Formats: sequence, structure tokens, C-alpha cells
Amino acid sequence: MDRRQFNKAAAAAGLATTLSPAIVRAQARRLKVGVLLPRSGVQAGIGQDCHRALEVGSRILADLGLPGLDIMNGDTESNVDVGRARAERLISEGAQLLVGAFDSGQTTAIAQVAEQRGVPLVINIAAAPPITEQGYKFVFRNFPTAPMILGDAFANQLEVFKATGVSPKTAVFMHVNDTFGVAMQKGFSGVMQKFPAIPYKVVDTIAYDPAARDLSVEVTKARASGAEALVMVSRLNDAILITRELVKQRWAPSAILSMGPGWYEDQYLKTLGKLGDGPISFVPWYDPNKKLAKALEAAHVKAHPEINLNTNHIYTFEALLVAADAFKRAGSADPKALADAIRATNITDNVSTGPGIQFDAKGQNDKLRNSAIQNRGGKLVVVAPASASNAKPELPVRAYDKR
Amino acid sequence: MALGLSVIFGVVRVVNFAHGEMMTVAMYLALMLFTALKLDPLVSLVPIAAVLFVFGYLLQAGLISPFINRPEHSQFMLLVAVALILVNLQLIAFGPDAKGIRTSYSFDSFKLGPLVVDAAKVYAAGAALVVAAALFAFFRFTLTGKAIRACADNYHGALVVGLNVRRLYALTFGLGAACVGAAGAMLMAVIDVTPAIGPAYTLLAFVIVITGGLGSMPGALLGGLLIGLTEALGGVLFTPSAKSMFAFALLVLVLLFRPQGILGRKAA
Repeated sequence: MDRRQFNKAAAAAGLATTLSPAIVRAQARRLKVGVLLPRSGVQAGIGQDCHRALEVGSRILADLGLPGLDIMNGDTESNVDVGRARAERLISEGAQLLVGAFDSGQTTAIAQVAEQRGVPLVINIAAAPPITEQGYKFVFRNFPTAPMILGDAFANQLEVFKATGVSPKTAVFMHVNDTFGVAMQKGFSGVMQKFPAIPYKVVDTIAYDPAARDLSVEVTKARASGAEALVMVSRLNDAILITRELVKQRWAPSAILSMGPGWYEDQYLKTLGKLGDGPISFVPWYDPNKKLAKALEAAHVKAHPEINLNTNHIYTFEALLVAADAFKRAGSADPKALADAIRATNITDNVSTGPGIQFDAKGQNDKLRNSAIQNRGGKLVVVAPASASNAKPELPVRAYDKR
Repeated sequence: MALGLSVIFGVVRVVNFAHGEMMTVAMYLALMLFTALKLDPLVSLVPIAAVLFVFGYLLQAGLISPFINRPEHSQFMLLVAVALILVNLQLIAFGPDAKGIRTSYSFDSFKLGPLVVDAAKVYAAGAALVVAAALFAFFRFTLTGKAIRACADNYHGALVVGLNVRRLYALTFGLGAACVGAAGAMLMAVIDVTPAIGPAYTLLAFVIVITGGLGSMPGALLGGLLIGLTEALGGVLFTPSAKSMFAFALLVLVLLFRPQGILGRKAA
């Protein structure tokens, strides 16, 4: 090697040494986020709805000055085992943080994988309480648990009954027979006892298959109970099936009170038209007065003018917000540093109803509050709590043959 | 649908594991005809049955025929592969979302005293009876039908007397597929379709034909009636989430005490 060659080699080595930290820093400016959703199978519609928040959310995060996220999509196929396998694969392919997975059963399986592999999981939607009761260090949930949803649901129901003057004396409780539905069913009677002012008594409880294609028997049984109100914990497809059966069986309960997804979703409203008006859903929702909520709604309407902003978008977006905010504060994609940063989250400029996003020692945001929303003319209006409402509730539900 | 499965097995001795997926093909055809031409599924079942007949005929003549004398697990794998291909083609073409149609009678019902009966299901049941009657008449009164029955009764005898068994098998598979086509169109008036619903209906068809007697057409009708009644009564009298349990319990009882099915014939 002559002097010139030596000098070139030395210069190249020096340049490489100087630039390499910059390259590393540049790599660390973006976080690889594996987003697991049921994009196919029974829950495909809802999974794809959640996915819309990924498209809209990245621009808002950039506007907030938060670091960029590289989204890695994973499809759980609405199946627990597939969800587990996809989580493993995403981590193997380099995901530094997981988000997901809408369904409690699938999320439970993914949480186990995240904890075993030491990769933070920010749950967008899943209400089964045990997920954050396992002592996990890498699992965080910015979504209310079933008892939280139920507690707020009863509080908001009292407000609705008082505002409308309608107080059903009996109700039939129908729930989907999956992890979420069973968790809600188990919590229902216990939480209801804490609200002695609730006017109705549950005369029958009916569980049904989440993949059912025909719910005529279930609705026949509910109708035969003679209940005045119908209390539901369901998904999208079964909410549509049940409404169709209500019409066919000529049964219009005075109130349809839903404590889960399905009844307020766009596909429900579009599929059923005026037959979809009336149900009140007690759900984790957004505070329309918050600045970030307005920004998200505006961006969402621009991207998807035909679709209402809903729980799926709000909480999937907030999961990304938590991830980006923690990554910015941690300054690293190191899993432990990310988990510590998520644990210290304190976001007050958020979207969902309640004071903001903070996590307790178990990784649960216990500050979240729910709203009551009613289907009216193919749109959704917030009817409770009064502080976050934009309309007054209307009961009883109008008979289907008089619409 | 169960009738189609029974016809195919009764004659060709091949269990069609792609039965549910063929039904969803028919449902999507009904959906397209309704969307494009506003054709009621109870009307479109005729052209759809014809299309499925051609599909079934070609499937048997081109793909299944070489497997007729192969081990049963080969036939099983072949038809499972066909089912997977059909599901994935439907996913590509229509996506995973549930799709339905809304006819003028979608939300109608008949009130008979305390009973409220779904109008769409009554019409579909009527159409199913017409299809079953036509199939019975075909097998009983036409020469081709009699020839197919001869094939089913005695394969070698049919060959000896000069029947074109290969063609008759394809014809039978086509007829079974036509039944599935009609069933799919009728079902479209009652439920929504997604590419994933096929296996559940294949399983239901199996339960029905095994209960009624695999290969017996009256058995398929009786099995359907019994399974439907068992599920409905089990759901109303006990708990709806366990209604399938009662149907499977009936199947277990039949298998224990009459393994050939209620109207099935004992294997020689």
C-alpha cells in the first residue's frame, strides 16, 4: 500500500466512524410499530375500521412534532392462535412495539407474547380485566375495562332515563359468548348492584355464538321474556342480525341499551337505514370539545367523509399517540426504556372522554370515562354525560313499522 | 344443500368437502345478480343452479374423475384444496366483509297466533321443496335418472350393461352442485355472505346427511328437519348458545344406535 492509498483508506475509515452515530441516530428517529388487528374473519369490518386511524393518525402525530412510526401490519384473522403467531412474527421481523388487537381473546394471547419477548404492547381496544391483572411489565392499556365500561354505562343510563322520563321495569340481557362478552356478563350484575336507582330488573340472560349466522332463536327467547328493554353486549354482525330479527319478530323494546360495539358502527347504520335509529350505546367515546379530538375528526372526515369517527379510530389513534410520545421521551427504541416511558405517560391533550392518558402501576389507564351516544337519522349524537353531549336522548324507541 | 351432498355421495361415493365453499360461490352470484339486475334470489336460483351445474360437471369430469378409484384421503385432500382455492378467490374478488341483499320481503313476517314466522325463510323453504321434488322426479321418471340410480346401486353392473358411468358421474356431480347453487341463492335471501362461512355450512350439511343417512335423499330432507327442530327447541327450551350441542347430541345418538343414519341403508 502506498502513501496515497493509505491516506484514502484512512479518510474513508474516518468518514465512516464520524457518520455511523448519525446513521444510528437516524435509524432511532423512527419506531417500528407492529399493529395487530382482525383484518379478516368475523371481525374484519372492525379491524379495517381501526386501520383507518393508522392512515389518518400519522399526519396528526407529525403535526404534533412527534417522531415518525413505521407501521408493520399484522392480521389476526379474528383468531386467537393466529394473533399469537402474528405477534411472534412481527417481533422477529423487527417490531419494537406492538399495538392491538381490538378483541380481548386475541389481545390476551398477544400480551403473553409481548411479555415473554420483552416488547411493549399498547392495547388499543380490549376490555377483559385480567389482561392488566397479570403483573405484566410490558403491557399497557388505554381502554376501559369491562367493569369501568359497565359502571359508566349505568351512570349514563340513569342520566338518560331521567332526561327522557322513560324507566323500563324489566330488561333482557343478551351478550356475545366470547371473552369480551363473558367478561361483561360476569361484571354486569355486580356493577349493577352499585346502582340501586337503575329501574329495571333483568328477567333473562341470553348468550349467543359470536359467529352465528342466524339469531332468530335467541331473539324469540328474548321476546318471550316479555322484557320492556333490551340490554346488549355484542359485535357488529350480530347487532345487525338481532335488529333484523327484532323487525321480523315485530318487537320494539322501549329501549335498546348497548354496552359494546356494533350498534353505533357505520356498517350498522348503512345496512339498516332508518331501522338502525334508536339504540343508545354506552361506549368509550371522544370528547368533542377537546382540541385534538377536533383535529382528529377533521382529518378523519377529510380522508373518509362517508364514515363517522368512532371508538375504533379514537383508541387506535391514541395507542399510536402513546407510542410516539413515549418514543420521543425515551429517545430510544430500547424496549425497557420504551416501557418505562409509557409508564410515565401524562398526555392531557388527547381525544377520548376523561382527563387524559396516564397509566397506573398495572399498566391500565383508569382515568377514562364513557359516553352515551344515540343513533339518529343515520348519525350519532352524544346524549350523556351532559358535559360532553350535543343532543338530548329520545326514548322510547319508535316501533319499526312506524318508521 | 344437504340434498346435494347426499346425491353426490350416494352415486359418486365422493364426499364433497368443498360443498360449503361452492354454496358461497352461489351466494355471491345471487348478490351480483341482485346488485346488477335487481333479480330476486328466488328467481336467480334457476340461472345460478345452471351455472353451478356446469361448474360441478366440469369439476367432476376434469378434476375429480381421476381420483375416483384412489384412496379416500387423496379425494379428501383434493376437495379441501378446491375449497381453499374457492375461499381465497372469493376473498380476492369480494373482500372479507359481510355482504347482504335487501329484498321487498326481507323484513316481512307472518303472524300465526303467538308464532311469528320469517317470510324469507318460508319462501326459501317453499323453493327448497320444489327443488327437492324436481330432483326426486328426475331420478324416478327419467331414463338418465334411472341410469344414475343404476350406477349408484351397482357400479360394475352399470359398466357391464354399457352405461357411460364417467359421464353419469359428472352429471350427478353437476346435479349436486346445482342443488348447492339453488341453496346458496335461497340462503342469500336469509343471511349475509362472507367467504369464511363455507366450512360451517359444510359441517352442518354433514351432520344433516349423516343423521338422515348418507346417500339417501329422503334422509337428507328428514335430517334437515330434525336438526333444525332440535336446534330451535334446544335453543328456546334451554340456552341458545348451546343449540348446536343438541344437534351434535342427536348425531351421536344416531351414530350409536343406527350408524347408517335414520333412512340410510346398511353397507353390504
